[in-house]
Amino acid sequence: MPAKTMLEKIWGDHLVHEEPGRPSLLYIDRHLVHEVTSPQAFEGLRLSGRRVRRPELTFATPDHNVPTTDRSLPIEDLTSAKQIETLSENCREFGVTLFDLKSPDHGIVHVIGPDLGLTLPGVTLVCGDSHTSTHGAFGALAFGIGTSEVEHVLATQCLLQEKPKTFLIEIKGQRPYGVEAKDMVLSIIGRIGTAGGAGYVIEYGGEAIRELSMEERMTICNMSIEGGARAGMIAPDEKTFHYLRGRRYAPADFDAAVAQWKKLPSDPGASFDRTLTLDVASLAPQVTWGTNPGQVASIDARVPNPDNLPDANQRKSAERALEYMGLKADMPIEEIGITRVFIGSCTNSRIEDLRRAANFVKGRQVSSKVDAMVVPGSQKIKQKAEREGLDRIFREAGFEWRESGCSMCLGMNPDTLEPGERCASTSNRNFEGRQGKGGRTHLVSPLMAAAAAVEGHFVDIRQYTPQEES
Amino acid sequence: MEPFTRLQGIVAPLDLPDVDTDQIIPKQFLKRIERTGFGQFLFYDWRFIDGKKQDPAFEMNAERYQDAAILIARANFGCGSSREHAPWALRDYGFRCIIAPSFADIFYNNCFKNGILPVCLSEDQIEALFQKVRQTSGYSLDIDLEKEHITSNDGINLKIEIDPFRKNTLLRGLDDIDLTLKNEEKVSAYEARLAGTPSLSL
Repeated sequence: MPAKTMLEKIWGDHLVHEEPGRPSLLYIDRHLVHEVTSPQAFEGLRLSGRRVRRPELTFATPDHNVPTTDRSLPIEDLTSAKQIETLSENCREFGVTLFDLKSPDHGIVHVIGPDLGLTLPGVTLVCGDSHTSTHGAFGALAFGIGTSEVEHVLATQCLLQEKPKTFLIEIKGQRPYGVEAKDMVLSIIGRIGTAGGAGYVIEYGGEAIRELSMEERMTICNMSIEGGARAGMIAPDEKTFHYLRGRRYAPADFDAAVAQWKKLPSDPGASFDRTLTLDVASLAPQVTWGTNPGQVASIDARVPNPDNLPDANQRKSAERALEYMGLKADMPIEEIGITRVFIGSCTNSRIEDLRRAANFVKGRQVSSKVDAMVVPGSQKIKQKAEREGLDRIFREAGFEWRESGCSMCLGMNPDTLEPGERCASTSNRNFEGRQGKGGRTHLVSPLMAAAAAVEGHFVDIRQYTPQEES
Repeated sequence: MEPFTRLQGIVAPLDLPDVDTDQIIPKQFLKRIERTGFGQFLFYDWRFIDGKKQDPAFEMNAERYQDAAILIARANFGCGSSREHAPWALRDYGFRCIIAPSFADIFYNNCFKNGILPVCLSEDQIEALFQKVRQTSGYSLDIDLEKEHITSNDGINLKIEIDPFRKNTLLRGLDDIDLTLKNEEKVSAYEARLAGTPSLSL
């Protein structure tokens, strides 16, 4: 048997039909649905008189558009309310399980999927959202799709797909203090560029990846799409199995499942279309300075000078980014002052993220110049954090403590930046206007966001003595 | 889906790399539950000052590009979010063909589901088109999908590289779901074969 990559194994296991000159017909094991990209798909089913083929494999939650304030109050934005209600109606009509705003399981779709055990090694999982790549952390083939494809999966439980190329990114070395999974993935994107992974599925490997917790692995895979790759994946191991055991939708015969999952990792000697090796030992915490996630620098570096960039397109793009961001070339990153902090999103809103940020802010105060908020990824995380007293730490330091949702990652709900406001954000996109028209977003890790909240500007977290985990 | 066979249209320029889908259609317009009516919001934050007045600094706003059906852009067009609202907005505004050196995967795929032809040309070819578009008011291209080429009055003759399956789907306006349902037996057979697999059970 020729050596195979994990992608090739999962792809082969899900091939329903293949014929020359056509994309493959691939079976989809899990379909996650949210309120923004699904209404037109359900409407399409209604118009053509089709049903959902496998409602029991389809799970929905409203996350993008939901307020993060008091859930007992009605939603003020009527268009948002209508879209959220439409999801409920569609789920009722088509028999799809819904975790609505009142559900204790509500949360960001990419946070609750793994938490419920819907995300499993070896499955194909799709959602009408580009950050579906998150679920690859479990050794799933998971990628974002458009609304037409959402309708296609609802109707057929399959997708027509061209087989992607494979890209192995191997990360060696020992992570220094203060360097988080977010810094690793931001530096990867800085290295390969925002289109570097286009056409590929990235497999992350190497000792620095193996060492990561499941939550950290999700942060890495989550941002694969920011490097242009539709999917990122990490081979399942004992950490993966331990995380999943006992989850609500995890397989009943768990040991038999584990035996199958152990066959998934890429075979020794399997060949990839592209490979890249990086060392994490010399990595510093990262801060984006521009308007795409590839425009990133180390905390101890300076904002680049566009004149020094080799490529004309890069130069033009950097000039425009600096103008939008209101930054000067060559200024130290540490001198960039911020007035908003957002800790949340499908990238960094899980319990470990909140614990690390809380551990830093404990006994400290948010700068008087800064408005800071924490938006847990799910209600379960929120409750867990509250049991651990993290909410109290955040509130006492001056953070707002909110209900779960996508919130200011994309600002579809009322959580937005005002024009010119500058934000240290643990989210995944620093595009122009992403968090609010004219808003300026700097992507950082939760630890760096917490430190920026306290100091009112970016600081090198490595200068602080590590605090004991409380 | 409306078939795409041949298109003769005015070309509009968008001279920026990495145009993301947040720019193509900002998030505040994603709350609608319809597929239509998104054209008025296309490139909203770039096209309009304070949401009303057209911004003269945005090149596409010039009178000469008002009836454009073809957009030329720079590398990595359509990156970011998977929102199909992006091609809906482009289509609704009047664009049926986007020409760029490269596209983000999900956006590229979404175009074909909406009767939009995305064409990849080299950086040099695109640069030449930008120059022509700016030199000649009303500059137009003739795009023939069947013959896989782009021509113009001033002698341009460029080859379109396109996957034969996607080409056929666009030419005939085929619906992917209909195509897949023709293989319904194979889907059922797959499901029967996999039933009871421990690692997949819920």
